[in-house]
Amino acid sequence: MAVLAGLAAICGAGNAREAGPHDAVAGVTPKYVAAPGCTEEVAAVLRLAADQALTVVPRGTGTKLAWGAPPRSVDLVLDTTRLARVVEHAAGDLVVVVEAGTRLDTLQETLAAHGQRLALDPPSGGTVGGTVAANAAGPLRLLYGTARDLLIGVTVVRADGVVARAGGKVVKNVAGYDLGKLFTGSYGTLGVITQAVFRLHPLPAARAYVTRTVADAAEASRLVQAVLRSQLVPAALELDLPRPGGPATLVVLLEGAPAGVPARAETLVALLGGDARAGEEAPPWWGRHPFGPDDITLKIAYPIADLEAVMTALAGAGGLEPTLRGSVGTGVLHAGLPGDADPAAVARLLGTLRQALRPWGSAILLQAPPAVAVDRWGDVPALALMRRVKTQFDPAHRLSPGRFVGGI
Amino acid sequence: MADPTASEALSRLAHRFRAALGERAVISDPVELATYSCDGLTHYTATPGLVVLPETTEQVQEVVRGCAELGVPYVARGSGTGLSGGALPRADGVLVVTTRMRRIIEIDIPNQRAVVEPGVINLEVTRAAAPHGFYYAPDPSSQQVCSIGGNVAENSGGAHCLKYGFTVHHVLGLEIVTPDGEVVWLGGKTPDSPGYDLAGVFVGSEGTLGIVTKIVVRLLRAPQVVRTLLAGFRSTDEAGGAVSAIIGAGVVPAAIEMMDALAIEAAEASVHCDYPRGAGAVLIVELDGPSADVAQQFAEVERHCREHGAFEVRVAADDVERAEIWKGRKSAFAAVGRISPDYLVQDGVIPRTALPEVLRDIAELSARSGVRVANVFHAGDGNLHPLVLFDESVPGQGERAEEVSGAILDLCIRHGGSITGEHGVGVDKAKFMPRMFTSEDLDTMQLVRCAFDPAGICNPGKVFPTPRLCGEVPGKRKGVHPLVEAGRAELF
Ligand SMILES: Cc1cc2nc3c(=O)[nH]c(=O)nc-3n(C[C@H](O)[C@H](O)[C@H](O)COP(=O)(O)OP(=O)(O)OC[C@H]3O[C@@H](n4cnc5c(N)ncnc54)[C@H](O)[C@@H]3O)c2cc1C
Ligand SMILES: Cc1cc2nc3c(=O)[nH]c(=O)nc-3n(C[C@H](O)[C@H](O)[C@H](O)COP(=O)(O)OP(=O)(O)OC[C@H]3O[C@@H](n4cnc5c(N)ncnc54)[C@H](O)[C@@H]3O)c2cc1C
Repeated sequence: MAVLAGLAAICGAGNAREAGPHDAVAGVTPKYVAAPGCTEEVAAVLRLAADQALTVVPRGTGTKLAWGAPPRSVDLVLDTTRLARVVEHAAGDLVVVVEAGTRLDTLQETLAAHGQRLALDPPSGGTVGGTVAANAAGPLRLLYGTARDLLIGVTVVRADGVVARAGGKVVKNVAGYDLGKLFTGSYGTLGVITQAVFRLHPLPAARAYVTRTVADAAEASRLVQAVLRSQLVPAALELDLPRPGGPATLVVLLEGAPAGVPARAETLVALLGGDARAGEEAPPWWGRHPFGPDDITLKIAYPIADLEAVMTALAGAGGLEPTLRGSVGTGVLHAGLPGDADPAAVARLLGTLRQALRPWGSAILLQAPPAVAVDRWGDVPALALMRRVKTQFDPAHRLSPGRFVGGI
Repeated sequence: MADPTASEALSRLAHRFRAALGERAVISDPVELATYSCDGLTHYTATPGLVVLPETTEQVQEVVRGCAELGVPYVARGSGTGLSGGALPRADGVLVVTTRMRRIIEIDIPNQRAVVEPGVINLEVTRAAAPHGFYYAPDPSSQQVCSIGGNVAENSGGAHCLKYGFTVHHVLGLEIVTPDGEVVWLGGKTPDSPGYDLAGVFVGSEGTLGIVTKIVVRLLRAPQVVRTLLAGFRSTDEAGGAVSAIIGAGVVPAAIEMMDALAIEAAEASVHCDYPRGAGAVLIVELDGPSADVAQQFAEVERHCREHGAFEVRVAADDVERAEIWKGRKSAFAAVGRISPDYLVQDGVIPRTALPEVLRDIAELSARSGVRVANVFHAGDGNLHPLVLFDESVPGQGERAEEVSGAILDLCIRHGGSITGEHGVGVDKAKFMPRMFTSEDLDTMQLVRCAFDPAGICNPGKVFPTPRLCGEVPGKRKGVHPLVEAGRAELF
C-alpha cells in the first residue's frame, strides 16, 4: 500500500506499520503508525501526510493521549519515541538540548549525574514532547513554574513539513516571538515538537518534607495562606484529599542549603501546629495523579485564596466523591472520579465548579468516556484569536483535529 | 507628510478622537508632536502624525477601531525608555501613549497578584505591595521610569533575572485591544488558562500584536535577607572563573554583575563609587532568601571569589552599604558619558561559559579598530552590555563604532547566543534577525502576527526585516513576492 511504503521509505522498514487497536487515540483507531528518527524524517512524514491529506496525531509514550477530546479523525500516529537523544548538556551553562521523544525520567538521570535537574516533575514521567504539549507539571511548579517557564528554545515541524526553531540556547533572549510558549499546552494541534531546550537548576543540597493533617477546607485554606506569607520559601505545597469530607494532608517541601533547611523545617512545624512533623521522605502519593488510567479526570485552576470555595463545591458534588490532589500553593488541583460515574452528575459537578470559579478560574475535563457529553474546556476567552492561530499554522486542520478548545 | 490620503485620514481621525476622547486627549500641534519623535534610542526619529492619550480601555478600543477602519498604522508607547526603537512613531500613523492609564486597580495579597494599567511605572507596583511584605520581581535599571506596558512588550529583565526570570514569568493575564478592535483577555489571575498561551506569546512581541490595557502580575514575598558583596579581580578572566565556580557549586545568586576596567573608570569618574583600586574587573554578587541558607551560600561565594583571585572582597553590612556597592553598576550607562562624548549601548547574549573567549574577542576587535569598548554585564546569564565609545565630531568614528557594535552581535550569534537579551529587536536589530533565524523560522513567527494583525497596522516595520503577506501559502516563498514586485501590494 502506497502510504505505508512511503512512510517506510522515510523512517526505515520496521518503523512504519499499520495501526492496531492499542494505537487508538481516545477511542479513535488510526490507520498507520510511523516512528521517524530525526527532525528531517518528521518533516518528510508530515509532508507525505500533507500530500495524502492524512490527519496526524503525535504520540510520546502515550498515556496522556486520552487527554483532550477524541480526535475527529486520525489516519496517522506519529510516534516520537525514536527521537530520544540528549543532544547537548551544557552543564556549565545550566542548559540542555533534548529530543522530544526522550523520556523525562531518562533525562533526569543524565542530568543528576552532573548534580542538576530539569525542575519539572509531572506525574509518571512521559516524554519531553508530551510533557510540553500537555503542559504537565508536578509539585515543583510552585517555585520553578511549568514547562512554559523552563523551555527556552524549541524546534517544531509544521503541518506543511516546514522545520522552524524559536528561542535558543541562552536563558535570556528576547529576539522574535516566543513560539515555545505557544506550543506549550497546545496538545499536538499546531505542529510536532522535535527538540526542546531547557534551562536547568542545580539539585538542592538538602530537602525536608513537613506534613500536617487538616480537618477541613477552611483550615487547609488558612494554613496555605500562612505558609505563603512566611519567609520559608517552600519549593512545593501540596494537598492530598483521598476521600471528600475526610481528613486531608498538607505537605510542604523545603529545599536549600544543609545549614538552612532543618531550621526552616522547624519553624514551619511550629507555624503549622497541630500534628505537623518534618521528615526526609516524600509521602507515597507525592507527584502522582489522584486517579487511575480509566478514571474520569479533572484539572482545576483557581485563585489561591479560593481553595475553600473550590473544596466546598467539590464536596457537595451530588453523590460523587472526587479524590483531590494538587499544588495548592499555585492553585492547580487534579480530581478523579470512577470511570463509571453517572455522566449527568459529572456534568452537574463541572457546572457547579465553573460557576464557583468565575471569573478567573477554570475546570477542564481532561479525560472522560464519551457518555459524559459536556464541553471539556468551559468558556475560553480569546477563542476567536486561538482559531486564527490554528488556521495559520494548520490551515487544513490535519493535526490532532478537534482535540483542543472550541473544537480546534 | 507626503501622502495626501494619509494626512486626510489622520485629520479625520483627529476629529473623531477629539469628539470621543475629549480635546486634551489628542495632540496634533507639530511642536508638541515632535516631543514624541523617538524613544530611548535617539538616533532614529520620526514625528508622529497624531498622538492620542487614552485613559480607559474603551478609549484605546475607539482609537484602534478608528485606525483599523481607515487602515492607518499605529504604535503604542509607554514611557519611551525603550532602547531598540520599538516605540518609534510613524509620520503617517497614530501614536497611542499610555501615560494617563496609571491606575493600580488591585493589590490582591491573598492571591499574590496585582492588576494594573499599562502606564503604571514598574517601581510603583513594588511600592504598593511593599507595605504587605510583597514586591514585583522584574527590575530593569529603568524601573523608576519605564511602564509595565512597555515591560510586557519588551519582556524586560533586570539584574535579578538569573534567579527570578523575566517579565513573562511574572505576568499571568493581559487585557488587550486586538488590531481589529476587540477587547479580549489572554490568561488571567490563575495559571494554566485553557487554550493556547497567547499571553506568553504576547509578552515580548514589542507592540506588534496589539495594545495591552490591563495586566495581572504576580507578587512575590519579599526575601528575609539580602546579602551583597563586591569583589575586585585583576582581570575579567579571573572574575569569569569565579562566576563559573559559584554556578558550578550549585548556588543560584539573585544577581551576578560584572564590570571591566573601562566601565569601572567611567563609574569612578561619574559617581566616585570607590571600587577596589587597580581592579581589572569587579563582580557584584547578591544572594537573597532565608537567612541561614543565605549565610551558608554567601560564605561559599566569598571563598570562590578569593580562590579565583579576588584581591579585595567587601561585604555590605547594611542597606546603605548595599546601595553604595550597586551605585557604580547602576550608573555605568550614564557614566560613560564622562569618558566619551558618544556611545552605543549594545545588548547581546552568550552562553555563560563562553564569557572569557568572547571578552577576549571583543578586546581584540577593539584593539584592531581603535574603538574603545567598556563592558558592563549580567554575568550570571551571559547578557552582555558592551558600551561602544566614539566621538561623533571625528569623521568616520560613528561608522566604525556601529561596525564594532554589529561585529559583537555576530560574535554572540557565532557562540550560540542571542542578538538581544532584554532591549528587544525593534527597528534597530531587525536586519540581524536573519543572521540568527532562518527564513522558515521567521516565517513561522509571522504566522502568529498574521493571526493577530492580518492588516499589518499594529506597529509595522518592527522586529521583522521582511514581514510576510498574510493569506499567502506559508513556507513557499523565495525572493521578492510577485505581488510586491508588480507594485500591487506592499509588505507591512
Ligand atoms: C505501557 C505504558 C503504560 C503506562 N501506563 C501509565 C499509567 O497507567 N498511568 C500513567 O500516568 N502513566 C503511564 N505511563 C507513562 C506515560 O508514558 C507517561 O506518563 C505520559 O503520560 C504519556 O506520554 P507522553 O507524556 O509522552 O505524552 P502522550 O500521552 O504521548 O501525549 C500527550 C499529548 O501530547 C501530544 N504530543 C506528544 N508528543 C508530542 C510532540 N513531540 N509534539 C507535539 N505534540 C505531542 C499528544 O498528541 C497528546 O495530545 C505508561 C507508559 C507506558 C509505556
Ligand atoms: C537607562 C536605561 C536602562 C534600562 N535598563 C533596562 C534593563 O535593565 N532591562 C531591560 O529589560 N530594559 C532596560 N531598559 C530598556 C527599557 O526601559 C525597557 O525596554 C522598558 O520595558 C520600556 O518601557 P517603556 O514604558 O519605556 O516603553 P516604550 O519605550 O514606550 O515602548 C517599548 C515598546 O513597548 C511597546 N508598548 C508600550 N506600551 C505598550 C502597550 N500598552 N501595549 C503594547 N505595546 C506597548 C512599544 O510599542 C514599544 O515597542 C533601559 C532603558 C534605559 C533608558
